[in-house]
Amino acid sequence: MLALLAAAGWLKPDAAHAQAWNKAAFETHDMAETMKALGGAEPAQSKDIVFFQTPDIAENGAVVPIGIASNIPKTDSIAILIEKNPNMLAATFDIPAGTEPTISTRVKMGQTSNIYALVKADGKYYVASKEVKVTLGGCGG
Amino acid sequence: MPCAFAQSTVDEIAKYRAALQDGNPAELWEARGEALWKQKRGPKQVSFEQCDLGLGAGVVKGAYARLPRYFADADRVMDLETRLVWCMVKLQGYSEADALKNPFGSGNEKKSDMEALVAYVTSESRGAKMNVALSHPKEEQMYRLGEKMFYFRGGPHDFACATCHGEDGKRIRLQDLPNLTGTEGAQKAYTTWPAYRVSQGELRSFQWRLYDCFRQQRFPELIFASDASVALTMFLARNANGVAFDAPAIKR
Amino acid sequence: MADPMKIRANLVGDSTEVKVLMNHEMETGQRKDAQGKTIPAWFIQSVSATCNDKTVLSAQWGPAVSKNPFLSFKFKGGAKGDKVVITWVDSRGDKRTDEATIA
Ligand code: HEC
Repeated sequence: MLALLAAAGWLKPDAAHAQAWNKAAFETHDMAETMKALGGAEPAQSKDIVFFQTPDIAENGAVVPIGIASNIPKTDSIAILIEKNPNMLAATFDIPAGTEPTISTRVKMGQTSNIYALVKADGKYYVASKEVKVTLGGCGG
Repeated sequence: MPCAFAQSTVDEIAKYRAALQDGNPAELWEARGEALWKQKRGPKQVSFEQCDLGLGAGVVKGAYARLPRYFADADRVMDLETRLVWCMVKLQGYSEADALKNPFGSGNEKKSDMEALVAYVTSESRGAKMNVALSHPKEEQMYRLGEKMFYFRGGPHDFACATCHGEDGKRIRLQDLPNLTGTEGAQKAYTTWPAYRVSQGELRSFQWRLYDCFRQQRFPELIFASDASVALTMFLARNANGVAFDAPAIKR
Repeated sequence: MADPMKIRANLVGDSTEVKVLMNHEMETGQRKDAQGKTIPAWFIQSVSATCNDKTVLSAQWGPAVSKNPFLSFKFKGGAKGDKVVITWVDSRGDKRTDEATIA
């Protein structure tokens, strides 16, 4: 029915949403699993991925600001992975041509953890990481 | 026992707080409040655009920086919330009970219109200099009452507001306890509420702050829009005079 | 229905800087309510941004994105007066679209 409506021009096919939510990728627990679900090989460490506005210490894990900029040519996508969260993958961003490979958002962290910025550029994967300590307002910082 | 924190930790937390300033979710409440302000509401289907916050009917810009104040029509000193309740009853035709209901929101199921309205009205005073007058005798009276309450010890712990907020450099865990008896402390505290509370994912008003400190103090519940809450607000608002209002803010 | 987003789009040099705040609980599915019952997961799964019918960003999110999400990005090719349109779809299939004019 939906397809019929779409064909008749009643529903605008929405390019961005045509790609279904990648359930498998959002249910992984480590880097190897995540890479498999995303369909990539092991990423190479890269110094061309930088974190900005990402604090060393977060006062509250409910809101941790993360900014990631990739200086790798032909960056197609940027993903945020949080090592110690129940599921590792937090978000993926597809960067079309003309959009700067720079995104900033806020994520939840259950505890102090490494954060990985995973970049796909020209078919290859690259990664950089940074540790963010979460104090949760307690004395355990 | 207070925890000792290295200066580097304190600096990093400051950086964390700074990184959150850009894109404060409080703006979502401000937008909802603005829509509510302009909407015809209540049994009488009247909008708040006829509500006088002290600078004339419908004038919102800068109004909060001059509240609380004496209103002749009500013959009472009112803070923002008390005045909004008054307008809801007198102009919009709500019952008092309905106007007072749900002052503080909780999640998607229980959004508070009052908090949204407060977010909008306060946002329209951002940058305005705090200028709370004590020219009417009832304003002076309200201020003195607030001062008395601030130093009044009671409850099972024999605490006053001043117990926690009466000296410099006090701290519970990572939280600085501002000295609210000094001008600087009162200014910094009063001009940064309402605030989006990161820990709660909610916008919280100054009234909520007072309500919560009553709870911390193990005092009986502070009644919303009561003279007690107006008096404490008056005391702290007046002590904040002279600096620019800078909220809704974002806090941990 | 979900409350509107707050979108800002500003031309800075030759790029448009977009900042978005969305109204959403972003429930993880890991929290319990007062009765000890698990609160089911409910979060934004996809976000897309277009300008002049061209997609300028698309994202997929899990529940680890914070409540009342914030997103900022920059793209080239926008002009003052153009509209940036943002749509999100959540795990219940709810959808919200809002737009802002580039200033
Ligand atoms: C038991 C200690 C305690 C008592 C008593 C107490 N408070 Fe507080 N108050 C706190 C704490 C702790 C905070 C900071 C909480 C935070 O940062 O989350 C605070 C914060 C505040 C703030 C906000 C400061 C800012 O800069 O954001 C105000 C205003 C305030 N209290 C007013 C009062 C008033 C008025 C009273 C008396 C009715 C009172 N408090 C009694 C512990 C107390």
